[in-house]
Amino acid sequence: MTAPSPPPVPSRGGRARGLARRLADLGMAWVLAGLCVLFSLLTFAEQQPDGAAAGAALAADVLAACPAGARVLVAVRDRPEEGALAETLVERLRGGGAEVVAVVTGEPRDARAALERLAALAPPGLDAVAGSAASTGWGVFADLAADFPALGDPVVLRPRAYRWPNFLKPENLLNIANQIAVIAILAVGMTVVIVTGGIDLSVGSLIALASVVTALVVRDVFGGVAAGTGGMVAAGIAGVAVGALAGAVSGGVIVAFGIPPFIATLAMMLVAGGAASMLARGESVYQLPDSFVWLGRGADLGIPNAVALTLLLYALAHFAMTRMTFGRHVLAVGGNREAARLSGVPVAATTLAAYVLSGALAALGGVVMASQLKSGSPNFGQMYELYVIAAVVVGGTSLSGGEGSMLGTLVGALVIAVIQNGMNLLGIESYTQRVVLGAVILGAVLLDRLRRR
Amino acid sequence: MTAPLLSMEGISKAYPGVQALSGVELALARGEVLALLGENGAGKSTLMKILGGAVRPDAGTIRVDGVARAIRSPQEALRLGIAVIHQEFNLVPALGAAENVFLGQEIARGLPGLGVVDRRAQRARAGAVLARLGADFDPDTECRRLSVAGQQLVEIAKALVSGARILVMDEPSAALSAPEVAALHGVIRELKRDGTGIVYVSHRLDEIAAVCDRVAVLRDGRNAGGAAVAAVGRGDLIRMMVGRELTEEFPRRTTAPGEARLVVEGLSRGTAVRGVSFEARRGEVLAITGLVGAGRTELLRLLFGADRPDSGTIRLDGREIRPRSPRQAIAAGIGLLPEDRKLQGLVLDLSLRENFALPNLARLSRAGVVQGALERRECGGFVERLRIRTPRQEALVRGLSGGNQQKVVLAKWLARDCEVLLFDEPTRGVDVGAKVEIYRLINDLAAAGKVVVMVSSDLPEVLGMADRIVVMRGGRVTGRIDDMARATQESVMEAAVS
Repeated sequence: MTAPSPPPVPSRGGRARGLARRLADLGMAWVLAGLCVLFSLLTFAEQQPDGAAAGAALAADVLAACPAGARVLVAVRDRPEEGALAETLVERLRGGGAEVVAVVTGEPRDARAALERLAALAPPGLDAVAGSAASTGWGVFADLAADFPALGDPVVLRPRAYRWPNFLKPENLLNIANQIAVIAILAVGMTVVIVTGGIDLSVGSLIALASVVTALVVRDVFGGVAAGTGGMVAAGIAGVAVGALAGAVSGGVIVAFGIPPFIATLAMMLVAGGAASMLARGESVYQLPDSFVWLGRGADLGIPNAVALTLLLYALAHFAMTRMTFGRHVLAVGGNREAARLSGVPVAATTLAAYVLSGALAALGGVVMASQLKSGSPNFGQMYELYVIAAVVVGGTSLSGGEGSMLGTLVGALVIAVIQNGMNLLGIESYTQRVVLGAVILGAVLLDRLRRR
Repeated sequence: MTAPLLSMEGISKAYPGVQALSGVELALARGEVLALLGENGAGKSTLMKILGGAVRPDAGTIRVDGVARAIRSPQEALRLGIAVIHQEFNLVPALGAAENVFLGQEIARGLPGLGVVDRRAQRARAGAVLARLGADFDPDTECRRLSVAGQQLVEIAKALVSGARILVMDEPSAALSAPEVAALHGVIRELKRDGTGIVYVSHRLDEIAAVCDRVAVLRDGRNAGGAAVAAVGRGDLIRMMVGRELTEEFPRRTTAPGEARLVVEGLSRGTAVRGVSFEARRGEVLAITGLVGAGRTELLRLLFGADRPDSGTIRLDGREIRPRSPRQAIAAGIGLLPEDRKLQGLVLDLSLRENFALPNLARLSRAGVVQGALERRECGGFVERLRIRTPRQEALVRGLSGGNQQKVVLAKWLARDCEVLLFDEPTRGVDVGAKVEIYRLINDLAAAGKVVVMVSSDLPEVLGMADRIVVMRGGRVTGRIDDMARATQESVMEAAVS
């Protein structure tokens, strides 16, 4: 080696080390993983598959159990998931060379009628009855050989049951994500505010205010149920703008008059909550078009839109906090306001921006909730500020400011959601749930504190 | 032979990634004042934290009166008669001086166990102790209204009333003015007579000669020598501390002062700064000195836009500037190294690199996105140039030694290439080696034609560094020395006190 070796630059591998440190810092992620394992074990249960996948599997079983050209009766209850099962089942049976002699969608007596019709036509009889777990359990199928001797001795086949945790069922996991979306969205703004050393108590009320404003704009400006996409988007923007404005007022008085954030946002919580009730005259606003639920209940990308929006926000916020000057300013203001000021950080503007962001995101959460529930109501979002703060703190952000991460907050929000969901699955009473949740939040933060020591 | 009052034997302590102490020995006799010397990072603070019960050693024995003791908490240290006066103050801002002095050791009256504080007795005793230390404030004064020097006196009084037999003073004079230091030394001599053993941690070599009996020097976490004060000279001590000859404590620079660049006229704010005028020229170091409370720091804050002046003008290169915030001052090319780097200079829980980047983010980012590679490269350059000792740029500045922290603050402003640099006590609590490095940088800046204004209470430093001196007292300029050949400590002090 002829070239002089470069000086030992300590930044080498700095980024990788930073990431490793960040992951190690996420001790709460292990708690989350532990909770998932716990609830998986506790909710292990017999699963009766339904839907298209079950239909395909069942068709294979029928074709294997019967001779070629078998005659099959398909019976399901009149439910969407069983309809999907039946549809796929019939399609696959026909594709496999079997003859579907009848498809019954309904109740046992419908099945009996069909069997009687077939018995009257017999021979050639019937080789198999296939359907959902529920329909194949009908008494009419219990003893076919005795009841309908003309049909021969058909086998009754149902989708094979398997054991799997209720907690880990895909629809349950999506349910968790959907449930937590609103809190998680609010927690983004709350994290920024708490890292500056502040607090925002108004976010719960801003959910209500934004949901009411959005719903009222749709109803009164864009024609209610007849409103179009553009109108609904404009109404959503109006809702978010009101939240941003409320945040600007809170942040403004905090910055301009040095009012403690706790007091300023407590006042805003009362003002916004009261304004929501005044605007809605204390009632829910539900004159909204069906398509209004697109944001809250739709799923265009394979996952619910609200979940996609949440993930997008977290990606942006993580980038802003770790890679942008804004994040640096927020951390510096929370870590040492005076040192930040003497370093030329725009302390007032950064603080104001944090509250505007929190207000806007709280309002966005309100729009999502309005969409999920297809209404706007002054009762939305009650107590949410506390759950949001809990999520942020469980996520490892210090209430004294100066440190915190978006990834941590996301984990914190998930911890709370998983605990609630798990207890719901276990059938624990809601009062008990609150006690447990409170204890778990305390324990989680305690654990974090001990680990850092 | 009776056992010594205190002996620490084979003390070792490791922190992740650094061996802070290895096998350190320290002995203290009754009535002895031991100067503990060493560069920052040499292990003085760790050793004293172990003695005070704040940190537990990995190995070693501590004997008090010959009896081995495990000191597990500051409370246990106090029970053994060990009191530590920390460099960082631990005062409750909203409580009065007397209440702080007796915090945790309140004088009770009435039924025992009821906890009714005898405020009158406390006020009287605290007042007496504070008066002995030369304090001129009422013992009821809330600590947040006290000057840094006043707060230091309260900390010292706190240790004195605890009746400690072993007293650790960590840089007790760093914030004190000359008369207060003299009063402190008087108290130390009294304590000596009573048989109290004192460990005196200081970087001021003159004081050590004045008040200490013996020196012990630490270097890189090991004993690096010791001697009776009378037997060693200043040069010997410095050599023991840094392990190399310091040929020049104050590096000289060939000066050719140019035109006036920063011209201040009639600057006033309340009673703190009254009608201050001066000019700073290209190529020189202008020192502003005076006793604590003379208004020097307040003057710098006006120049930096941290406070607004009531009247007066500031001109830079002939153009009037009116910084209404530090942000505007920085934009005008002014940088400030504040007096208290931990409270004002640094965000302790951010990394070295993030602190370095703070005033430079606009330049280091594009469209609001910090350019990581550029930031790392620049920061690395300054870490190397200023010889900042740190394992990596991501290290939190909280964990750096005082000298290295100060270098980080310096790097922030050097990276901005400021035209005006205001230094407020730039070497306070900084070890000798780092001091010389900082002096060199100050000289380089002056030589590069920048405006350098240095506030300092350390008279040898002022005389060694300055090309001209402005002396302040009570918010006013009370002395100007333009011919350094005629400047002496006495002449400066006369302007500061008379």
